[in-house]
Amino acid sequence: MKECRQPQRMAACLGAGLLLASGLLLLFGTSVGSTGFESVLNAWSDPLAWQIVLDIRLPRSLGAWTAGALLGLAGAVAQGLFRNPLADPYLLGSASGASLGVALALVFFGVSPLATHWLVRLGLTGAAFAGAVVAVLLTLVLAQGVQHTLRLLLAGVIVGVVLGALASLTMLLAPEVLQAMQAFMLGSTGLVGWSACVLMVVVWLLCMGVSWLLSQGLDALSLGEATAASLGLPLTQLRAALVLVLALATGTAVAQTGMIAFVGLAAPHLVRSVAKTTHGRLIWLSSLSGGVLLLGADTLARCLIAPQELPVGVLTAVLGGGYLLWLMRRNTRASAGTVL
Amino acid sequence: MKGALPVGAVQAHGIRASLGQQEILHGIDLTLQRACWTSIVGPNGAGKSTLLKVLAHLLPYSGVVTLLGQPLATLPARLRAQQLAWLGQSETSAEDLTVWDVAMLGRLPYQPWLGAPSAADATAVEQALRATQAWDWRARTLGQLSGGERQRVLLARALAVQAQVLLMDEPLANLDPPHQADWLGLVRQLVREGKTVVSVLHEISMALHADEMLILHEGQITHQGACADAATHRALEAVFDHRIAIYALGEQWVALPMEDDARVAR
Repeated sequence: MKECRQPQRMAACLGAGLLLASGLLLLFGTSVGSTGFESVLNAWSDPLAWQIVLDIRLPRSLGAWTAGALLGLAGAVAQGLFRNPLADPYLLGSASGASLGVALALVFFGVSPLATHWLVRLGLTGAAFAGAVVAVLLTLVLAQGVQHTLRLLLAGVIVGVVLGALASLTMLLAPEVLQAMQAFMLGSTGLVGWSACVLMVVVWLLCMGVSWLLSQGLDALSLGEATAASLGLPLTQLRAALVLVLALATGTAVAQTGMIAFVGLAAPHLVRSVAKTTHGRLIWLSSLSGGVLLLGADTLARCLIAPQELPVGVLTAVLGGGYLLWLMRRNTRASAGTVL
Repeated sequence: MKGALPVGAVQAHGIRASLGQQEILHGIDLTLQRACWTSIVGPNGAGKSTLLKVLAHLLPYSGVVTLLGQPLATLPARLRAQQLAWLGQSETSAEDLTVWDVAMLGRLPYQPWLGAPSAADATAVEQALRATQAWDWRARTLGQLSGGERQRVLLARALAVQAQVLLMDEPLANLDPPHQADWLGLVRQLVREGKTVVSVLHEISMALHADEMLILHEGQITHQGACADAATHRALEAVFDHRIAIYALGEQWVALPMEDDARVAR
């Protein structure tokens, strides 16, 4: 072929590295518990230890990876759709919308966010999805479309703040859900069981499939709306499908693990700092990268002050924020011609 | 040759278009000949880019636009995209796409959804990148290129469509004079191949290289004629309030800004 294969090779190497890291972290994550490190490979011989791995550690680790993958995917879609590297599910208000949806579901249906029954998980996911869709649509209406980046981000911030305040108000009006919601708002993978895990995997596969099918449209959109339209793409349908993917991925992740910050924003940047590639590959790599980030952070959150554990959302906020700050400084120096 | 063809490449009748609440185009009628380069000029805010977007079916409008004899509004989007290529003012954010990937996007109207590019697509992209002298950078990302280099890649993307009609809004932005000359040669070659080129240009001297000129003022066409005609030059000087003057330079025409003193003396 006449085109250069180097970017494809870089993307393939990164993908292989992320898959390997996912496998290793999954092994490590299932080996860490409240009693410290016990290799999962030794748990075969002990029925009780194996039961703990199967019922608690494995769904939690797999759930953390899948939630991260959903957020990484949502981040890549948001940044491509809105043609803005600062766009992430949270900045567009969808996460606040999702948490408001969950808060309302908890109050009106009297369910617990810790419930593991699949019907409850599905209901919470539906409420989070509806909240996320409403939030993104509100942001788009306030911004009068997606053409003006600054207006879009400001609208997203406003919607996020208002819906976040409404979620807080809902909790104050229903004190019985206050404690559960506080844990939920901090972000935790401790709530994830097999039903939540299966639900997230199904949604992840669905969202990955749809966004991969639409990835050429995202590439064309990066040349500008007018150019994309001139290429014969049905932009309205394309945008609507991508907004639905964004809302479904964010809503599902938030419904199962609460508000986990920065993964959706940092994962695509992490990929771009290593491999420059098309959206078809970026979406996969961002998703894998989000999975590795959240599973790594979750494992760390369980190790740092064991047998206690940190809320993983706090850890991702600190680590993700630090990473983006480092990336910003590196880019600033690079553009100024300074060699680190 | 041009006269033998019965229908213009692009025709418009009674075009009105608005941006927000403000009507920008007030009933435009025009015919753009096939195998001809037409440049659209006019003062700032005359509606040049709006008109070009209407002709590309990128803005809502009232009236009728036909492309190669077919009403644009009823033409299937894919067919329209094959027949009409668009190069807009710099609005790209495709920093991470390679030059090859960007040019290949021009072949989207020919490819099945998610289908791999064909040999014909690869050949068209190679031809386009070589024509704009961007072939050597095909593995670089757009973010690694200068403004002028990037403009040449975006031009290659438009050429890769291999459309009969090319609409370009400020295609010379960021190009240095030698590459502006290359662009002129490229347009001449396209016209020789029977393609129709329509460009909006701020540089009047460059616009005067075209075959035809369409002069726009406050959303209406004030003149359409050959660039070499004296009547076109007079209309051009008038639309700019005689702040420019057209001079012959060898076989070319150049437009020079007139300072107030020189204008009075003239």
